[in-house]
Amino acid sequence: MTRVPLERKVLNENDRLAADLRQGFQRHGTRCVNLISSPGSGKTMLLERTLASFEPGRRVAVLTGDIQTDNDAQRLARYGFPVRQITTGGACHLDARMVTSALAEWQPDAIDLLLIENVGNLVCPTSYDLGEEARVVVLSVTEGEDKPMKYPATFNRADLVVLNKVDLLPYVPFRMDLAREYIRRVQPDVEIVEVSCTTGVGLDTWLQWIDARVGAC
Amino acid sequence: MIGYALGGLSEAAADCEPAPLLAGRAMIGEAPAIMHEMSIAGSMLEAVRAESARHNAHVMAVGVKIGELSGVDSESLRFCFEALVLDTDLAPLALQIERLPWRHRCRRCDRDFDVQEYRTECPQCGSAETEMASGRELEFAYMEIEET
Repeated sequence: MTRVPLERKVLNENDRLAADLRQGFQRHGTRCVNLISSPGSGKTMLLERTLASFEPGRRVAVLTGDIQTDNDAQRLARYGFPVRQITTGGACHLDARMVTSALAEWQPDAIDLLLIENVGNLVCPTSYDLGEEARVVVLSVTEGEDKPMKYPATFNRADLVVLNKVDLLPYVPFRMDLAREYIRRVQPDVEIVEVSCTTGVGLDTWLQWIDARVGAC
Repeated sequence: MIGYALGGLSEAAADCEPAPLLAGRAMIGEAPAIMHEMSIAGSMLEAVRAESARHNAHVMAVGVKIGELSGVDSESLRFCFEALVLDTDLAPLALQIERLPWRHRCRRCDRDFDVQEYRTECPQCGSAETEMASGRELEFAYMEIEET
């Protein structure tokens, strides 16, 4: 038996496609954000509020991933920006090939901001680079403040954590100070914003983050 | 709307029939709820087939390094890997997993250390200015081949 050394990543093919996507985004001036969270934390609502705040001429597009249904695409399409649903048919995450196919029918230089809503899941999307410039993890206050410790791999790769549903804080035993501490333990450099998509609190900070980090367009 | 049937899943081994072991897995609608370890196992087997063809040999074992913060569960990966290999021409094929700890390096005193209990401060000089040194790995290390 011969041992052959093999120094490469297991998801080499995904990483290669993600690198192609990233190069394409840079060439065309597209800023890409990958949103990850558990199901029901409010990613779609956050995107709805985000799209509702944009001027009609803003060159923004959305890809939204789910295992089944195009409910989210229908919700998001109401705001007049291009939206495509990716139904994974069982897979618990988006990968770079799905994003590449979904983008094929759009003019690559017509998008300044691409928002990708990943499949609701705090584990599986972590390993899959989609060519994004920034990764946002959404955590809602109904989920419990220890999620960053339970899912450190996901929070460790976040550029921004959005703490959502803060309007519910009076009704749930969620300690914001602990949540912030746990997030910083697994990713000391991460930015954190608190929002409520229901009342609109904090949305201006989130929108400023998009403009500052991802670029005003 | 873009649909992905099972066979269209990238990274997955499209030509592998689901093994009987998977029959009892959770279903969502009509599709099996595929954990990402299944996609990852599929990618590994694609690489095994490629190496096998390149060396005109049977791959007997594949070694991988999995970091503590890779987001990959070793036992799930092993379950998926074995399910995909079972009763195929890839068998026998062993999976050898080396777990790598989450490590940080101190920017001030250059000390490397394991992160334990989520503490990323330097145990030597106490600095909070540390950076990740390892733990996100999801890499092949080697394959063991036998000439056919």
